[in-house]
Amino acid sequence: MNPIVSAASVVASGLSVGLAAIGPGIGQGTAAAQAVEGIARQPEAEGRIRGTLLLSVAFMESLTIYGLVVSLVLLFANPFTA
Amino acid sequence: MYQNNLSAFNSFYSLAEIEVGKHLYWEIAGLKLHGQVFIVSWLVMAALLAFAVAGTKDLKQTPEGLQNFMEYAYEFLQDIAKNQIGEEEYRPWVPYVSTVFLFIFGSNWAGALIPWKLISLPEGELAAPTNNINVTVALALLTSFSYFYAGLSKKGLGYFSRYVSPTPLLLPINILEDFTKPLSLSFRLFGNLLADELVVSVFALLVPILIPLPVMMLGLFASSVQALIFSTLSAAYIGEALEDHH
Repeated sequence: MNPIVSAASVVASGLSVGLAAIGPGIGQGTAAAQAVEGIARQPEAEGRIRGTLLLSVAFMESLTIYGLVVSLVLLFANPFTA
Repeated sequence: MYQNNLSAFNSFYSLAEIEVGKHLYWEIAGLKLHGQVFIVSWLVMAALLAFAVAGTKDLKQTPEGLQNFMEYAYEFLQDIAKNQIGEEEYRPWVPYVSTVFLFIFGSNWAGALIPWKLISLPEGELAAPTNNINVTVALALLTSFSYFYAGLSKKGLGYFSRYVSPTPLLLPINILEDFTKPLSLSFRLFGNLLADELVVSVFALLVPILIPLPVMMLGLFASSVQALIFSTLSAAYIGEALEDHH
């Protein structure tokens, strides 16, 4: 296998997770901040806010996971090996 | 196709015993099947059936023990469908949504809780069936078919009017959505499960005792949330197909 291709794949697989983590990170921070604000304002709604927060955080998490899938494909099932 | 010749990784993942893309192949009628997925998913299905049979064997007016637990689980699953599809039409979709939830939940937890490493296969290893992309794609396509069926059976050909609403300008995006829905559903589940397993394996490689435990707990939590998300989204897509636009 071409060494340039393997080097590029490794670099790209690192970058794909790292870059994919930026957006969801910011989004999760915003969501958590708003949830804390909501709980502070209305402590009796804590249960429902927590449930919604967890669900939406998991949605944001999945964006990073897409990057992770790309990086795993590059590492373990690289289409450019031939 | 698999990159077994990357020597830097070879030494790494043979140490950690992370096997990505290695399967126990069964050849049946010229088809290559991933045997380890079948074994574990049959076990999961058997366990779910056993729970269902044991929970309903001796029904009482005031539920106790397992029956009580199963009724609680049923109400939880019913609420998923009810919240997404709506009070009037949710009932026919409770079986689908809850089957999807229970199968994904069962297979995720089976992969995390049962020490599969003790059983060695000739090739590949036993793990959660949902960390195989074929399983998650199949589940996601089932969801696609169900929401098409839901929409078509309720509205007939009028279902396709939603592609040009609110304006015909959105037609390409609406069509694209039918492809991105199963894609994102399947990748989300697959990626999460594989990521959990890889993280646990890497931790176990670095510190083999006690330290991976919190990560495993996090994995258990995350995989149950993934089951909830998959079934919630399935129900939401079905609800979207059923809802009236006028």
